[in-house]
Amino acid sequence: MSLIEVKNLIKTYKMGENSFNALDDVSLGIEKGEFVAIMGASGSGKSTLMNTLGTLDKPNSGTYHLDGVDVLSLSDDELSEIRNVKLGFVFQGFNLISRTSALDNVQMPMIYKGIPEEERIKLAREALKIVGLENRENHMPNEMSGGQQQRVAIARAIVNDAPLILADEPTGNLDTKTSIEIMEFFVNLNEKHGKTIVLVTHEPDIAEYCKRIVRFKDGKIISDEVKK
Amino acid sequence: MIDFKSTLKISINSLKVNKMRSALTSLGIIIGVSAVIIMLAVGNGASERVRSNIESMGSNLLTIRSASAKSGGVSMGMGSKPTLTLKDADALKKNARGIDAVASASTENKQLTYGNQNWSSTIYGIEPEYLYIKNYEVELGRKFNREEINSGGKVALLGSTVVTELFGDVNPIDKTIRVGNVPFKVIGVLKEKGSMGPMDQDDLIFIPILTAQKKVFGTDFPGTVSMIIAKCENENTVSMAVNDINEILTVRHKIGKNQDKDFEIRNSAEFQEKIKSTAATFSILLFSIASVSLLVGGIGIMNIMLVSVTERTKEIGIRMAIGARAQDIRMQFLIESLLLSIIGGLIGVVVGVIGAKSVQIFSTEMNISISLFSIILSLGFSGMVGVIFGYYPARKASMLKPIDALRYE
Repeated sequence: MSLIEVKNLIKTYKMGENSFNALDDVSLGIEKGEFVAIMGASGSGKSTLMNTLGTLDKPNSGTYHLDGVDVLSLSDDELSEIRNVKLGFVFQGFNLISRTSALDNVQMPMIYKGIPEEERIKLAREALKIVGLENRENHMPNEMSGGQQQRVAIARAIVNDAPLILADEPTGNLDTKTSIEIMEFFVNLNEKHGKTIVLVTHEPDIAEYCKRIVRFKDGKIISDEVKK
Repeated sequence: MIDFKSTLKISINSLKVNKMRSALTSLGIIIGVSAVIIMLAVGNGASERVRSNIESMGSNLLTIRSASAKSGGVSMGMGSKPTLTLKDADALKKNARGIDAVASASTENKQLTYGNQNWSSTIYGIEPEYLYIKNYEVELGRKFNREEINSGGKVALLGSTVVTELFGDVNPIDKTIRVGNVPFKVIGVLKEKGSMGPMDQDDLIFIPILTAQKKVFGTDFPGTVSMIIAKCENENTVSMAVNDINEILTVRHKIGKNQDKDFEIRNSAEFQEKIKSTAATFSILLFSIASVSLLVGGIGIMNIMLVSVTERTKEIGIRMAIGARAQDIRMQFLIESLLLSIIGGLIGVVVGVIGAKSVQIFSTEMNISISLFSIILSLGFSGMVGVIFGYYPARKASMLKPIDALRYE
């Protein structure tokens, strides 16, 4: 069974009297353990697909099964739980909660999962260690570099042991050297920790780290290639 | 399921981030709560003072005076033509129902002298029950004895004001003072009653009524008294007593059906009710003013919480993306506003109590009474304000769509 199974997704945006399809009959399957890059120019629908996969946004029609669950039929509270337990988000703008320490940021998903504080701190420290920030746990986001912030965000994404990580242009705000660092983390997570990763990018260099590349144009998949 | 302790922590952290703003928001509640406490303390204090004043006047009291005499159609004022006599008082003692005690009294202003000191005061010639009815107590010395009452003994009981003015620090017992030209022996000093409005209830001296009539007051109407006072058994017998007194005096004074009465009965209860309701109105007025400031404080909280929700839309989006449910977000913001109001409330209680105490220090005339009730009331009220005015912003935050909140810049 595929981890992600979307069929005939259509998402329509209305702009005045015109409407256009950000997703135009998109079907895609992703297996456990894959490392997929989704590429395309801006406005091609790749971000809309990510938001749909992340259950943050709902399509106008189509089906979406995540780990066998019909996601589109779930209530808001059930979706929150899916996001909490099954998904880890890494955003372009890091999206850490400001003026909150790295340790507290990483603890956040576990608070909503209901894990007791003692265990939370232990797990958060372990996650920070994986991303190499064990000495930065009391730093606030504004006291860290972009690369460090993104590593905190990755720690936050993996701390609840979610099988699927959705990364929306995770290196978009980073310089080349740091981008490489971050991508090596993703490769590591995919290979050593068995995480399934879906990553949106428009940079071919970044996509090179992935095992499979799906290209979007005008809301449609135009190519889907698996690297050898 | 998210635990309360963690939510509380998140809320406290968010408030700490904006220390100045949180403090200013709480300030509204601090002012409101302390205003409620101070105003209630002042209002209660005033009511208590009024109550104790009323008690010192004597309760369930009827005062009978001669009705105003008319001279050529011009009213001369109450008591201007004396018609009441000692015998009227005796008749009331025997025949009126519902009455506990009756006493007659005659009054006149006279110059008092002791040594080279002098003081002008009101001389009350009284029957001994007068002291009981009006709640006067002898603090030093003794009351009149039977012989002094029946034979017109020249003895006097002094009010504390008179003692201060004439004697200063000297012990007045057994000293001789002059009332007009008549020498009197001081046999007792009355316990201080305090003033009732502008009336000093301690600026007077008591002498037996026979002595007053025969030796001090030169009255044109021998045997008459200025007033008769009666204490009713309890508040339920007041109207019966008034009826009986009316009937007895009408018969005794031979007043025909179409004639005006030559006496008037005043009921202290009516007067007391008026004062009590004035005090109550005063308290309610103060409380409403204070409540308005608490309400304004609550609106301040809502205002800031709304700003905070807008400002933290992105944070709300992040939280939703990593698994917060609508109710978790709602709880977080509700606890924030509750914290603001409760902390403000607690500080307000401290400020209010200190404020009320300092009002007392600066104005010793004022009676202040801080009640536990007012503290609990204002704290409860501020907590309620926090929930009510925090609910709307919290709900607004929880209803955001994750995708919109995340995109918000």
